[in-house]
Amino acid sequence: MSELIHRTAAELATALAEGRASSVEITKAHLDRIEAVDGDVHAFLHVNAEVSLAAAAASDKRRAAGDPLHALDGVPVAIKDVLVTTDMPSTAGSRILEGWMSPYDATPVTKLREAGLVPLGKTNMDEFAMGSSTEHSAYGPTRNPWDLDRIPGGSGGGSAAAVAAFEAPLALGSDTGGSIRQPAHVTGTVGIKPTYGGVSRYGAIALASSLDQIGPVTRNVLDAALLHDVIAGHDRHDSTSLKHEWPSMAEAVRKADVKGLRIGVVSQLDGEGFQPGVLARFHEAIALLEANGAEIVELSLPSLEHAVAAYYLILPAEASSNLAKFDSVRFGLRVAPAGGGTVEQVMSATREAGFGAEVKRRIILGTYALSAGYYDAYYGSAQKVRTLVQRDFAAGFDQVDVIASPTAPTTAWKLGEQLDDPLEMWRGDLATIPANLAGIPGISLPAGLADEDGLPVGIQFLAPAREDARLYNVGGALEQLLVDKWGHTLLSKAPALKGGQR
Amino acid sequence: MSKAKLMDYDKALELFEPVLGFEVHVELSTQTKMFSSAPNNFGAEPNTNITPVCLGLPGSLPVVNEQAVRYSISLGLALDCDIAPSSSFARKNYFYPDLAKNYQISQFDEPIAVNGTVEVELPNGRVFHVDIERAHMEEDAGKLTHVGGSTGRIQGAEYSLVDYNRAGVPLVEIVTRMIEGAEHDAPELAKAYVATIRDIVLALGISDAKMERGNLRCDANVSLRPRGSNKLGTRTETKNVNSLRSIERAVRYEIQRQAQILADGGTIVQETRHWHEDTGATSAGRPKSDADDYRYFPEPDLLPVVPSPELIAELKAALPEKPVERRRRLKAEWGFTDLEFQDIDNSGLLTEVAATVAAGASPQAARKWWTGEVARLANAAEVDATSLVTPEQVAELAGLVDEGTLTDRLARQVLESVIAGEGSPKEVVDKQGLAVVSDDGALIEAIDKALSAQPDVLEKIREGKVQAAGAVIGAVMQAMQGKADAARVRELILERASAQ
Repeated sequence: MSELIHRTAAELATALAEGRASSVEITKAHLDRIEAVDGDVHAFLHVNAEVSLAAAAASDKRRAAGDPLHALDGVPVAIKDVLVTTDMPSTAGSRILEGWMSPYDATPVTKLREAGLVPLGKTNMDEFAMGSSTEHSAYGPTRNPWDLDRIPGGSGGGSAAAVAAFEAPLALGSDTGGSIRQPAHVTGTVGIKPTYGGVSRYGAIALASSLDQIGPVTRNVLDAALLHDVIAGHDRHDSTSLKHEWPSMAEAVRKADVKGLRIGVVSQLDGEGFQPGVLARFHEAIALLEANGAEIVELSLPSLEHAVAAYYLILPAEASSNLAKFDSVRFGLRVAPAGGGTVEQVMSATREAGFGAEVKRRIILGTYALSAGYYDAYYGSAQKVRTLVQRDFAAGFDQVDVIASPTAPTTAWKLGEQLDDPLEMWRGDLATIPANLAGIPGISLPAGLADEDGLPVGIQFLAPAREDARLYNVGGALEQLLVDKWGHTLLSKAPALKGGQR
Repeated sequence: MSKAKLMDYDKALELFEPVLGFEVHVELSTQTKMFSSAPNNFGAEPNTNITPVCLGLPGSLPVVNEQAVRYSISLGLALDCDIAPSSSFARKNYFYPDLAKNYQISQFDEPIAVNGTVEVELPNGRVFHVDIERAHMEEDAGKLTHVGGSTGRIQGAEYSLVDYNRAGVPLVEIVTRMIEGAEHDAPELAKAYVATIRDIVLALGISDAKMERGNLRCDANVSLRPRGSNKLGTRTETKNVNSLRSIERAVRYEIQRQAQILADGGTIVQETRHWHEDTGATSAGRPKSDADDYRYFPEPDLLPVVPSPELIAELKAALPEKPVERRRRLKAEWGFTDLEFQDIDNSGLLTEVAATVAAGASPQAARKWWTGEVARLANAAEVDATSLVTPEQVAELAGLVDEGTLTDRLARQVLESVIAGEGSPKEVVDKQGLAVVSDDGALIEAIDKALSAQPDVLEKIREGKVQAAGAVIGAVMQAMQGKADAARVRELILERASAQ
């Protein structure tokens, strides 16, 4: 059954439809793979084979009765632990929620279940999605399948590593400043942050409400589109979810064509501060698109220079408020000082013990930024920068259909390398953050390996709000061009994992 | 708690001018809560009217209740406010265990209604315009019960229970501008203002407005300014005022307390104070400063509320009559004298009287019952009259008297049973067999029996000493256990005397 784990979700759907494989077989193959390699990779925080196999068996039963719920009915999917689930614990990578069982499913999870997909487990993440390396998980880091000494990106390193290590064909992630796209970049996978409001946030444990967005994590663009089509749509439980008739993203991939497409290259995200190997692959990809009929336009988005600073005020401000609910009163960890204590003392002791250093750092920063007397200087100014970023993008999209940049400045760094330098890690988000500030969609897909270290490099495309389909068009087209040029997918060149059957 | 030294009220007014301000919280009687689909009703088992949103569970998100928005706009319009074309929610951040998310979703710099005014008429006929600064929407907190202490307060309690049924119940907070010039009438104005707000929300049908249940809560800000000075004094904010009569008493108390402190050369501490119904005094709560830092910021989980001009016009067209206009109209319709109407005003029961008339009672009967017996019983029990009986029950009672089923005395007895929860007036009459004996035969039999014990009475009546009938009436009423119409008994006795 080993070949099943190397199939794309689209291929698995076909195999299921044609009766060449059952969901139980497919699910079992992935559970076996997890069993074999996840001791090293640690992509998963929670796996329950029994529950997954029961869902797979139910899918096979529907299929046998000629009544599948969806083309992807029976295909396994991994879920970032930021999304709450009724049949698996939901911790957001934090000690403060250890073992917590939600009484309700997040809307994207409900949509997966309604389409018959089989949840495999919950994936590792930086605590409350704060981080770019998954080293800030309270449950230990995830490792990059390309090099186990390196980080898989973050905060959604678990989901990216799970699909990169063939432990799952599909995964869900959340992207607040790049947490889907940057892990895709460093693991040679595909990640999409949809338009803000495109996918419901109901049941996604909030980091920064105005920036968070749920999206697909996969090994190829078509699979991302298929998953996107399942989870997108208005949800009455989320006031910020858009009432929009979304076109089929899968259709956009199948019809992908870049002829006449105007692609903007942002001068602020090209050159200084980017690793040479990252830039080389980026420029090659752009040249390839141009050679195939795309029009390349140079763009300047001056406000991006302040985007990281604005982001690291808005995010902590919202997070400091969103994380106030973790106080031990209604759910989660409770730590009482010796001999009891007042409710304030219990809250304080719980938060002291339950939150990690990065979370505390951002809560303190956010609390400060919102304080009387500082609000205008910090949160207020940051919101003004945000408006400028939105205006810059609006002006940019008057000239081009999509905007391109490297997804992140560097390839995967070594575990522990940036732990003592949060500012350096935050600066790594400069290419991904603007999309969250502007609420626009972004995709990262593999552009090749960096010459200097042989590690994966991603390319990012951004589109105007509600124009997610453009990303699937350009992403699908570039992916095809690159695979044709290489003669293989990037991930097929990933080193074999110990205990893996590849 | 020792009672503070109080200055004589008139003397306090000689030395100081009271300056007032009110924050009234109105719980809206929507079907569901402000931001969740949980039922909004009073009295359910603790922690049963809840959803993940009410508990602030991880991942949960608020969704604005459209009905609450409509109610809030109607209230804003009834307060003569401008309705904001776009208003937004904000988070008010503070840690407290009754606050599930440790922030309250409220409105901060963009409230739904601003710049209104309320016309308030005092019992003495003085008309006051109270300016409204703003009315904004927000969610209520849960309810804490402190267990193990003697006072029921958090101090000395062993532990506390939290009930989140109330968490997320929709509120509108109405904030007045500073009120100057009330002078001696300050306590009466406080009461009349809150009574007017109550009348408005009841007429709009947007709240049950029961103060004893916390549907309507008033925080009263009081400060004193020395005569001849134009510098405002330090204010206190009195909370926990659960009835109209307490508002009047609490404001009077604060004026007297602050006046004494200032006259003694002391300073007023800016703080919240808690009103104690039992002792009729306020006690210090938590110090409050203008620098309280709630770290307000725009609520990112909600979109701005942008009511259409059509909706505002529709709600405006449906507004009920204003309380002041209504009382003028009712006074004319009912043909009451100034004194009679003042009677109702003093009691703050105009809405109840009107509802009782609407339910079929005569205006005089409605007035008499509410301002008489019901008010007396309410006073004795130290509660608001509205919490004792409904207008429908009073109208039913008045009807029973009118049709002769009950005497006034019997009706009062029935009223007490109704208040005790034994059923509607008719049910009480049936259950207790309290109806007046209207069968003349039974009355005559009793009269004859009484006359045979006092044979000289008829003779005295015939001699013109009609008052002699009193003794017989008394004996008959006693024999009938009060279930006789004394006037009819008297008539029958007089008939008897003239027949022989």
